[in-house]
Amino acid sequence: MLRISKLNAGYGSFQALFNIDIEVNFGEAVAVIGPNGAGKTTLMRAVSGLIPVKSGSVDMEGVDLINTPSHDIVKLGIAHVPEHRRLFPRMSVEDNMKMGSFSPQFREKYAERLEFVYNLFPRMKERRNQLAGTMSGGEQQMCAIGRALMSDPKILLMDEPSAGLAPVIVQQVFELIDKIKSDGLTVLIVEQNVKQVLKVVDRAYILEAGSLRMQGSSKKLLGSKEVQKAYLGM
Amino acid sequence: MAEFSEALFSIFFIETLLNGLLLGGILALLSLGLNLIFGVIDVVWICYAEIIMVGMYLIFWLNTDLGLHIIPSMFLGILFTGFVGWLTHKLVISKLINAAPINQLIATGGLLFFFQGAAMIVFGIEFRNMGISLGSLALSEDIYLSWTRLLSFAISGIIVIILYVFLSKSYLGAAIRAISQDREIMTLMGVDTKKLYLMTSAIGGGLAGLAGCLLVLQYDVHPFIGLSFGPITFIICVMGGLGNMVGGFLAAFIFSELITIGGYFAEIEWGYVLAFVFFIAMMFLKPEGLFTRKS
Amino acid sequence: MNNNYIIGLLTLILLSLPFIGVTGYPLHIVITILIWSFAYTGWSIMGRFGLVSLGHGAFMAMGGYITALLWNYYGLTPWIGIPIALILTAFLAIIVGYPCFKFRIIGHYFALVTLALSEVVRQVIIATRDYTGGSLGYTPEPHGEGGWSIYALQFPDDRTAFLFIAVFIWIIGILIWKYIDNSMSRYALEAISEDEDASAAVGVKVTREKLKITVISALITAFAGALYCQYQMFISPDTIGGVGISLQIVFAVVVGGIYSALGPTVGAIITLLLAEILRISIGTARVCVTDDFCLNASGFPLFIYGIMLIVFIIFLPKGIVGSLMDFFKNNSSKKIKTEN
Repeated sequence: MLRISKLNAGYGSFQALFNIDIEVNFGEAVAVIGPNGAGKTTLMRAVSGLIPVKSGSVDMEGVDLINTPSHDIVKLGIAHVPEHRRLFPRMSVEDNMKMGSFSPQFREKYAERLEFVYNLFPRMKERRNQLAGTMSGGEQQMCAIGRALMSDPKILLMDEPSAGLAPVIVQQVFELIDKIKSDGLTVLIVEQNVKQVLKVVDRAYILEAGSLRMQGSSKKLLGSKEVQKAYLGM
Repeated sequence: MAEFSEALFSIFFIETLLNGLLLGGILALLSLGLNLIFGVIDVVWICYAEIIMVGMYLIFWLNTDLGLHIIPSMFLGILFTGFVGWLTHKLVISKLINAAPINQLIATGGLLFFFQGAAMIVFGIEFRNMGISLGSLALSEDIYLSWTRLLSFAISGIIVIILYVFLSKSYLGAAIRAISQDREIMTLMGVDTKKLYLMTSAIGGGLAGLAGCLLVLQYDVHPFIGLSFGPITFIICVMGGLGNMVGGFLAAFIFSELITIGGYFAEIEWGYVLAFVFFIAMMFLKPEGLFTRKS
Repeated sequence: MNNNYIIGLLTLILLSLPFIGVTGYPLHIVITILIWSFAYTGWSIMGRFGLVSLGHGAFMAMGGYITALLWNYYGLTPWIGIPIALILTAFLAIIVGYPCFKFRIIGHYFALVTLALSEVVRQVIIATRDYTGGSLGYTPEPHGEGGWSIYALQFPDDRTAFLFIAVFIWIIGILIWKYIDNSMSRYALEAISEDEDASAAVGVKVTREKLKITVISALITAFAGALYCQYQMFISPDTIGGVGISLQIVFAVVVGGIYSALGPTVGAIITLLLAEILRISIGTARVCVTDDFCLNASGFPLFIYGIMLIVFIIFLPKGIVGSLMDFFKNNSSKKIKTEN
């Protein structure tokens, strides 16, 4: 479904990603894990077209994303939950949702999707008139995921959904992701919280210093000595 | 003191207050487009009043020199200034979108000279008057209100309501509010930010043209007329809380009353001095604008 | 270093002008350029640190008007009048600058507050038209029979005397610019313009540094206003004050170069010469394209100014001098590389 091959990308003269090959199949949940500064966020931004790619290719169901204007990428069914949530803080929850279905093709399904999101997050329905910036971190994360789901995406890209949240909330966020995944949505998630994320996803890639070091099923990675030592503190 | 209280309770003072209210309508209309551009693109168009001047000249030229009826002249004037706004973004601001905000401001300062020069080249420095008077409304024997001002007041009220509904209800309006909060993330929402900026600039320019329509009925046009109401327009936008339409609308009335009341007790220039000093003082006390809630 | 030679050489050439036959109109242009260069240098002293003031028209008008008013009403010689004008200007700069910096009003907010200041001073001049002549302008009364007077700082019909004064203050302006360029304040102010909070955190006294530079800048501009008045013997709110002049100052500095000592001077030369050349060559003539469509040439200077300013901001934000310096620097570093 989403295929990244031989991807090189970075900021200006600084290269952050080297020859990345990642594939996500329909219905799968895939994680890219790695330490801070490994290039995880850069990867997500490259897929969404927020930064220019130096070489390589990214395609979604056969459509080349690199030559697609970045504001058209969401129309191909790719929704991106950005790092630090990036809500519109001085707008209500419902207006944030509205922005999630901005493209004309999504607007007709607005009411339907809003109901779907409110069913998934009843808390959001309670807070629909509250300014997004005044909610707690966990609620903001719900809002950000909800906003991304408004476009009825085929694949959800999530950038560090657990960052900056209290442990209890982190637990809840991963439960949510598990639920979204079991609803049949394809998910690509980058995380530092390796232990939690491996419990949720099917497969994972390990990204270190801009290159992929390992890949495999979650079970395999959880069992790997190397991963246990470097990421799970065992 | 007796003189002062006499002046305060005079019938002319009431007329002054009413005229201040009406001036507020014009000022509100002047600041609307600028406020929109401020709020969305985060750019100060120091040449905004000059775009109004361009609109005034065009309407004057179409109506007086070409003999076109005033209504289509105004319509064309609004379209043209909308185009000027679009061009301003396309040719100047978009090239500086990542430059320091102050460089963008200086570049629009260049446009200010450009428009003034262009107006001088085409129309000379003479004061031009349309010679249209709508007369005044007599509220009582002593109180007269100019119809043009009443009209401006009504139109700016209507435009504010339309803009408010547009911004709070429509998709495009929501996008316009959102883009000032996080430009980059708008791309992820499927918004073509470049297009949205161009559209906003065109709407802002069109609002300048609309202001021009009403000003041309009341004031003489000359190449430097922008300098006489440009500064007050900026401070109204800042005082209302940049990008806050409703705040800007209310601020317009505060300043118009300050100006007319100042003008009632002394020369009108003292009214302006009062307004500008009030602005400077308020910037120190409430730099985020009069009507912004603390977040 | 070689910059100093250029300045020294320029000074010698300028001072010798009246003795090699440059008099009358050309000398008038030289003096005007020097006085404006001084004002522009004053603006760039703070403008280069991101403190873009649109209020310098106010300072310039203060300098000119206070000096002239004290002379006309109290017979106070400009030798005392100018210092009084400067003290009052510094006072105004502090009244507006201190809260601005204290409350962290920066960027275009700062530009707009100072723009309001320009308007305040202009409107006050117009409102007090009974004393100041309002928008029609104001003339300092000639001293005695109207001749040469050091006491009144009036030198009618003698441009040589004023040339010496103008060269002297121009040099002072450049020296102040260079002094600040070499001072610790420069590093502090550069840090402030990068990141105010971080600078405050490492112990930079943000408010004090900014206020210091603002007062120096305002004083220079006010001084220029006073000298302009003494030289032209006529001032009006539109020739030395208001938003128009404030923008003209910004414009010339941007064109010349905001980050170099001679930038404002080059800006003054280019803009004033351009205006004069356009004025003389096409004058205020009406050029008729068809029988009823005529163009007024008097608008061309502003028209061309505007385009130049935009082009400079987009393509050469460092101005002419800055860009030339970069060009030579790159070339010389290339040379060193090939030599190695």
